[in-house]
Amino acid sequence: MNRTLVIGCALLAPIVALAAVSLAWTPYGPADTTGGRLTPPGAAHLLGTDRLGRDLLTLVMIGARTALTTGVLAVAISALIGVAGGLAAGFAGRLADDVLAAALDILIAFPALILALLVVAAVRPSLFATVLAIGLAMSAVLARLTRALVKGVLAQDYITASRASGTSWPRIVTGHVLPNIWPALSVNLALQLGLAVLAEASLAYLGLGAPQPDISWGRLLREAQATVFTSPISLIAPGLLLAMLVAGANLAAQGLRLAADPALRVTR
Amino acid sequence: MTYLEVSGLTVRTAGDRTLVRDVSFALDRGDRLGLIGASGAGKTLIALSILGLLPRGLRAEGRIRLDGTDVLGAPERRLNRLRGRAVTAVFQESLAALDPLMRLGAQVAQPLRHRQGLRGKALRAAVVAALESVRLADPERMARAYPHEVSGGQRQRVAIAMALACEPALLIADEPTSSLDTTVQAEVLGLLDRLIGRTGAGLLFIGHDLAVVAGVARRLLVLDAGQAVESGPVAGVLSAPAHPRTQELVGTARRLRGALERMSP
Repeated sequence: MNRTLVIGCALLAPIVALAAVSLAWTPYGPADTTGGRLTPPGAAHLLGTDRLGRDLLTLVMIGARTALTTGVLAVAISALIGVAGGLAAGFAGRLADDVLAAALDILIAFPALILALLVVAAVRPSLFATVLAIGLAMSAVLARLTRALVKGVLAQDYITASRASGTSWPRIVTGHVLPNIWPALSVNLALQLGLAVLAEASLAYLGLGAPQPDISWGRLLREAQATVFTSPISLIAPGLLLAMLVAGANLAAQGLRLAADPALRVTR
Repeated sequence: MTYLEVSGLTVRTAGDRTLVRDVSFALDRGDRLGLIGASGAGKTLIALSILGLLPRGLRAEGRIRLDGTDVLGAPERRLNRLRGRAVTAVFQESLAALDPLMRLGAQVAQPLRHRQGLRGKALRAAVVAALESVRLADPERMARAYPHEVSGGQRQRVAIAMALACEPALLIADEPTSSLDTTVQAEVLGLLDRLIGRTGAGLLFIGHDLAVVAGVARRLLVLDAGQAVESGPVAGVLSAPAHPRTQELVGTARRLRGALERMSP
């Protein structure tokens, strides 16, 4: 464990804990409005209540769950499609590779958020649609990265040497290609986790995320806008957690890279 | 029947530039052929053609028969059965020829596991034995090391252990000592010589340094700009070089030797 990885995990840990606890227990129900509107933080409501009278800590905890679920699922979709596509392109003949590369460039030229907006607009807004949209939008970037990494590894002498000793293609992929692209890939996946959470919050903020009764930090931020001066905590709480999650994911990504590369481990 | 027969081998790029033109030679088990020529003469392309590993975009024509199989145009599966057992290779740059993220032991284990089906304790013992056979001190520690943690000479020994692990009938050594300093080079050459002698494998030794190639090979094939310009037993080629390129190679080697002798008391 290096320091970067530790700090990244330390930032992520409280959010994971909040999300985990919310599965079993929240201070109030998410629809409970008995606390009164805009109650300041106190013993009954640690973070106060929002303008509808809901307990903010409860909302933020459930929001953490939404953020993590969206992030992890979106990255999983992105990884599945992106890595598979990138591997295929990396191994493909020249023509197929050119076609794939051009298609990816067009996809990447679209801002990811616009792409996600299109997907959400095409299907009914739901948490699943959000996840799918973000995952698809990110998979193009990942596919292009994977393709470049695979091509780089395949050009290495140790691939030729390994093949000369009779290693078959599937074993080359699992034994040499994947381990050697994994450091760069894992960093990107962790970065994408942060980006996916941000994208989910952005979609929800724009009103295109999962509809009620799903709760997302993005929609909490949107709702807190109106009361930002009377009750800044309702903006600060979800905003701060969002920043922590994104920063934590980025630092963990950097830490992972340092941990995965034996050469860096020694020279550092 | 000869184990390896290369006849009329021609390698072209997609743009129809000819890189190797009409090269023919034969090599049997126990035989040692030196392929010599300047950089860019097409030596490595010939090696890759025999292995069926030419980069995409290059086309080989002619005929390569290896252990009764036509290599050119053979499907990948059949080629893969030949690689490692019928023929294998050691390359020039040992740092690049070993996977930087894999422990050395695991890399030597790879062909042993896939080719000979060794597992667990037997596999570990075979890896240690392979590392011992290339005279590496403390093979247990070496097996746990990563490529960047050991010296160039040690890496090249590991690469040789990996290539010879499954006792191939034919070894292609493509400038295996060019990136090593002179003393280590002599050690590695001596090792290669002993190991090949013990297993009775055939050796195709590729190099640009006449002194090195002539020390290992019994016959020479001189390449110039993709064409074989001269061939014959080492002694014959050295004493009476016919082609200007060969004369140049021999002349350079002699001048170097003469200079060294004048300097020594």
